[in-house]
Amino acid sequence: MLALLKRIAKTGIVSEPAPEAGEAKREIDRLHDEILAILGRALTIREVDAGSCNACELEIHALNNPYYNLEGRGIKFVASPRHADMLLVTGPVTKNMENALKIAYECTPDPKLVVAVGDCGCGCGEVGRLFGPNYATVGPIEAVIPVDVKVPGCPPTPTALLQGILAAVRRR
Amino acid sequence: MFLFDDIPIDFALQPGLGSPVWRGRSNDADDLKDFAASVHLAGGRLSALWGSDCRDIGQGFRLDVVFGLNEGHAWLRIDLPEEAPVYPDISSIFPAANRMQRAARDLTGIRQAGGDQRPWLRHGGWPADWYPLRHDASVPPESENAPTDYPFVVVAGDGVHEIPVGPIHAGIIEPGHFRFSVVGERILRLEERLGYQHKGIEQRARGADLATGALLVGRVSGDSTVAFAWAYAAALEAACGIEPSPRALVLRALLLERERVANHLGDLGALGNDAALAFGLAQFMRLKEDWLRLNAALFGHRYLMDRIVPGGVACDLDAAAAAALLVQCDAIEREVRELRAIYDEHSGLQDRFVTTGAIDAALARELSLTGFAARAAGLILDGRAHRHGYTPPPPYASLGVRPATREEGDVAARAAVRFDEIFESLRLLRRLVTELPTGELRRELAPVPNAEGLGVIEGWRGEVIVGVRLDATGRIARLHPHDPSWQGWPALEHAVMKDIVPDFPLINKSFNLSYSGQDI
Repeated sequence: MLALLKRIAKTGIVSEPAPEAGEAKREIDRLHDEILAILGRALTIREVDAGSCNACELEIHALNNPYYNLEGRGIKFVASPRHADMLLVTGPVTKNMENALKIAYECTPDPKLVVAVGDCGCGCGEVGRLFGPNYATVGPIEAVIPVDVKVPGCPPTPTALLQGILAAVRRR
Repeated sequence: MFLFDDIPIDFALQPGLGSPVWRGRSNDADDLKDFAASVHLAGGRLSALWGSDCRDIGQGFRLDVVFGLNEGHAWLRIDLPEEAPVYPDISSIFPAANRMQRAARDLTGIRQAGGDQRPWLRHGGWPADWYPLRHDASVPPESENAPTDYPFVVVAGDGVHEIPVGPIHAGIIEPGHFRFSVVGERILRLEERLGYQHKGIEQRARGADLATGALLVGRVSGDSTVAFAWAYAAALEAACGIEPSPRALVLRALLLERERVANHLGDLGALGNDAALAFGLAQFMRLKEDWLRLNAALFGHRYLMDRIVPGGVACDLDAAAAAALLVQCDAIEREVRELRAIYDEHSGLQDRFVTTGAIDAALARELSLTGFAARAAGLILDGRAHRHGYTPPPPYASLGVRPATREEGDVAARAAVRFDEIFESLRLLRRLVTELPTGELRRELAPVPNAEGLGVIEGWRGEVIVGVRLDATGRIARLHPHDPSWQGWPALEHAVMKDIVPDFPLINKSFNLSYSGQDI
C-alpha cells in the first residue's frame, strides 16, 4: 500500500490542457460552459464500433489516460446508448453491424450528436476508400445514420478526437 | 521430403529467410484427414485453414491448411474438383478447425463433409448461395440484410438460463455476441458468435496491387499491424525470391517488439482496472502513452502502421533516435518493475487473478492455442525462440530469445507472462538498437507472376500467418491473413467454465483477443 501511495505521489498530475476545438479558437473554459449550457450536465458518450480494425478504439481508450483526462473535463463514456448524449462511431459499417448501429442510434435520446471517427468511418483518404459499398460493408457512418462531425485519421490521434468531440458540442 | 513416413505427400522447403515452411500438395481430399491425424499424434497444431476458387485458371477449387509442427510449418494444399468441392471435416481432430471451415464455406462454397454446418461470417447481409470469393461472383444480389436466427447450443436443466451479451458491448470494445448459459452466477457454457467485424478484406484484395494489399493487411487488426505487415512482406518475399537487408530485418524486429510492449502495457493496466485497481489502469496507460508518443516521434505513427513494407521498411533510426529509445527502455523497465511489485503484493488483485480462467497445457495443445496464452499454460511455443529442431528467422536467431512461461494457465499466469515478456522485449530492443547493421532500408520487390508464399510471425498475441498468391499479371489473386484469435476464442469458451459471470471481463481481458482480426 505504501508503495502504491508513493507511486501516486511521485507520478503527480500529468494531465495536459485540452486542445482547441478545431478552427474555432475558443477557450476550453468557454467550451465547458457551452457543454453545460447545451446539455445542462456533463457530456456522456456511447462508443460504437461498427466495423473498425480496433486502432480507433485504442486511441479512444487513450483519451481516458491521465494525459488527456477526458473524465476530468466532464466527458464520460457510458455503457448504454440510452444514457448517451453523443455516439462516437467507428467503421466502415459492416453489413453485420448495420442493424445494431441503427438500433443504437434510435435508442439514443434526442437531442443527440454523432461523431464519425477514422478514415473508414468518415469515408475519406486512401484507407477510407478501401471499404464499401460491397457485399460486406455499407460504407462510412453517414451511409447509415446522420453524422454531425467527422474526425478523419488512421487512426485519429487522441488530440484530434478531443477536438472533434468539442467541435460537435459547439455546433449545437 | 515426406513429413510423415506413411503419408506420401512430397514437401519442399519454402525458400527465403522466414520461419521454416514446407509446401506440399495433394489432389486426394482424404489425405487431409490422414495428415491432420499424424500432425495431432506428433503433438502439432492447426495453424490456419482457408479456401480459394482457382477455376479461372483451370485448377478447380483449393483448400489451404497450415499445420504447426515442432520444426516449423507444413503448408498443405488440397486440390478439390470443380463439381464437388468437399473435403473431410477435421474438427474432430483439431477443434480449432470448426470456425475456419465454416468461414471458408461462407466465402467460397467449399465445404467440409459433416460436422458443424452453421454459417460463421454470413449473418443476414448476403444470400446463402452467393459466395463472395468466387471469381465469378460479381455484384452481390439485393438482399434486405435482415437479422437471422442462429441456433445456439441450448443448455437445459433446473434453474439454467441464458444471458445474451452484444454485439455492442458496454465498454469501448469491438462488437461480438456472447451467449452465457448460467445457473445463478456460475457459467455452465459460453458460446461466441462473431463475424460482426467482417468487412470483406479478402475479397477487396482480389486483383489489388501489392501496395493496396499492404494497406489492407495492416488493418486486419489495429493492435497487430506490425505483425501482419511483416507476415505479408515475408510471404511476398518468399514468393518473389528476394531477401530484405539485415538492417531492414533488425528494424522490423524493433517495431515488432515495440508493438508487443505497447499491448502488454495497455492490457496490464486494464487487468488491474477489471479487478477494481484503477490505480493500475492510470499508471500503465500513462506508460503506454509515453511509449506511443515515442513511436510517433521516431517512426511517424503511434501504432507503427505501414512502416513495414514488402522488401524492407519505410522508416529508419538515426543515432539520436537510438539514444532516445535506450533512455525510454530504461525508464519503462524501472517503472514496470515497481508496478509489478505493487501488483504482486496487492492481495485484492491476486485474489481475483489466481485460479481464475484457467486452462491447462493439455487443453491448450488440444485447441492449437499459441502465443502468450499458450505459454502461460506451460507450452513452450515462441516463433522467436530456438527449440528442438527449429531455428528462428533472422534477426531473432542471433538474439537467444527466452520464452516466458508459466504452468498455471490462469489470469495470474497470463499477467505474469506479460510482465516477463515486457522485460525480455526491452532486453531485445536494447540489443537490436546497439547492433543495428548498416545497409539499405528497402529492396525493390518485383512481383513474380503466379508466385505464392506464406509468412509466419510471432505477433504479441501469438502466431500471425499470411498466405499470398499472385495472378498472371503479378497482382493479388488470393490474400489470406490469419490471426491467432481463431485459436484463442474457443480457448476463452473453456477458460470461463469454472468461473462466475462477473469474472468474465477479467478473463476476457487477460486473453484480449481480436474480433476484427478473425472476422476479417
